[in-house]
Amino acid sequence: MIQVENIKKGFSNKTVIEDVSATFDTGKCNLIIGASGSGKTVLMKCLVGLLEPNAGDIIYDGTNFTQLNADHKKIMRRKIGMLFQGSALFDSMTVEQNIMFPLDMFTHQTKGEKQKRVDQVLDRVNLSEAHKKSPAELSGGMKKRVGIARAIVLNPQYLFCDEPNSGLDPQTSLVIDKLIKEITQDFNITTVVNTHDMNSVMEIGDKIIYMYQGKKEWEGSNKEIIFSKNERLNNFIFASEFLKDAKDMRMLEVKGKIQNDRDMDKLLNS
Amino acid sequence: MNIFSRLGEFLLMIKGMFTKPEHWRMYWKELMHQCVELGIGSLGIVSIISVFIGAVSTLQTAYQFVSPIIPRSVIAQIVRDSVILEFAPTITCIVLAGVVGSKISSELGNMRVSEQIDALEIMGINTKAYLILPKIIAALITIPLLVIIAMTLGIWGGRMIGDITGILPHEIYDRGLLDAFVPYNVTFALTKAYTFAFIITAIPAYFGYNVRGGALEIGRASTTAVVTSCIMILLADYLLAAILL
Repeated sequence: MIQVENIKKGFSNKTVIEDVSATFDTGKCNLIIGASGSGKTVLMKCLVGLLEPNAGDIIYDGTNFTQLNADHKKIMRRKIGMLFQGSALFDSMTVEQNIMFPLDMFTHQTKGEKQKRVDQVLDRVNLSEAHKKSPAELSGGMKKRVGIARAIVLNPQYLFCDEPNSGLDPQTSLVIDKLIKEITQDFNITTVVNTHDMNSVMEIGDKIIYMYQGKKEWEGSNKEIIFSKNERLNNFIFASEFLKDAKDMRMLEVKGKIQNDRDMDKLLNS
Repeated sequence: MNIFSRLGEFLLMIKGMFTKPEHWRMYWKELMHQCVELGIGSLGIVSIISVFIGAVSTLQTAYQFVSPIIPRSVIAQIVRDSVILEFAPTITCIVLAGVVGSKISSELGNMRVSEQIDALEIMGINTKAYLILPKIIAALITIPLLVIIAMTLGIWGGRMIGDITGILPHEIYDRGLLDAFVPYNVTFALTKAYTFAFIITAIPAYFGYNVRGGALEIGRASTTAVVTSCIMILLADYLLAAILL
């Protein structure tokens, strides 16, 4: 579990995050959503230690991350895996070398053991045939999956995903979402996902934090979000007429007014 | 950002490089990789430049020495001392500032912009130590060796062109090379080579590592790095000459 307590962060005279407190639960997909410039990326960078917050505490299972010295932070970071928006794969290395890199750097396993682990994680992300490919030869979705494989190769306790679906088609986005959800549950890790993707919100959002102008505006689950009366949240999530209709349909489904497995052909022709 | 802030940031970067490596073998591997990239990768251009500089020096010195009183072997002495003292260390390093400097700056800049440096940080790796220090050490190992090669090839280029054009037969050239040779000149040239090696890796590394933005900023950082490195080489060249000669 990750607890964020009264985090503040600003650059020069501009405050980007103002007094945000939240809890990210273990074994769940915790989503941070919000419009561009709402501070969600800065919040995530503070969580992983790429940015130093101006005030507040970040507590990883009882360990106050913000108060650790540089050496202890480095050790703590080995428990963290992160998938970056652009995947951040090392261009000069093959897929296999990219995934093996953390093992080479932080373990003293034999070559055979490392190879076995690489095969396992590549199998896990359904990329068993991509060992010798370079990042330039991969599609956007494949790069994300390699990024996930690299992030989980050291068995992290915490997984951070920065906009995992950006630039992907809806079908590939679903695959990535499903993978993140499965990994979170299989390994019982704390996953924090920063996303704009409404499909992700509805599919994997066990816990959702909505950021608005640097503040936490709303908190809840994907079940609660459709019944939320928060106007800013509704304007953000259900921005189009199509999504508003989808929300209405989902509300009727949840209330049992219409069937989830309804026969649309029959309904349309009746 | 003013010059003092930049200098402070640069010194902090240098200080930040000195931590215990996470895995010695990985750092050693990276050092060897950089030795090949910077050393072997620059061998071709250094060889070509050196031979031509030696050849042109011989031709131009011979062109200016029209007096029959001055022995022809003096041409070889002048070529030797020019190549050892100035051409091999300074010209070679200015060229390397362009070749190696822009490579280091754009490589690190691209890694920064594409979040590869952040990815390494998240893994718990000291990126200054892993990405910058091996480049500087590799340059300190390979660039003095390249300068020695440049000296040899420069002097050989002069000898060869003297023979080919008939300006200076190689027997006279060889005699001139041995006349009034000061071994300290080689020590001085190597001192310059070590100083320049640090400049042409540390400065571009600083500009590349601290890039913010996108492709445009990487290009700008690369240009600034090369220009700054060249100016610093010339400044260091003057200071070393004033202090050590």
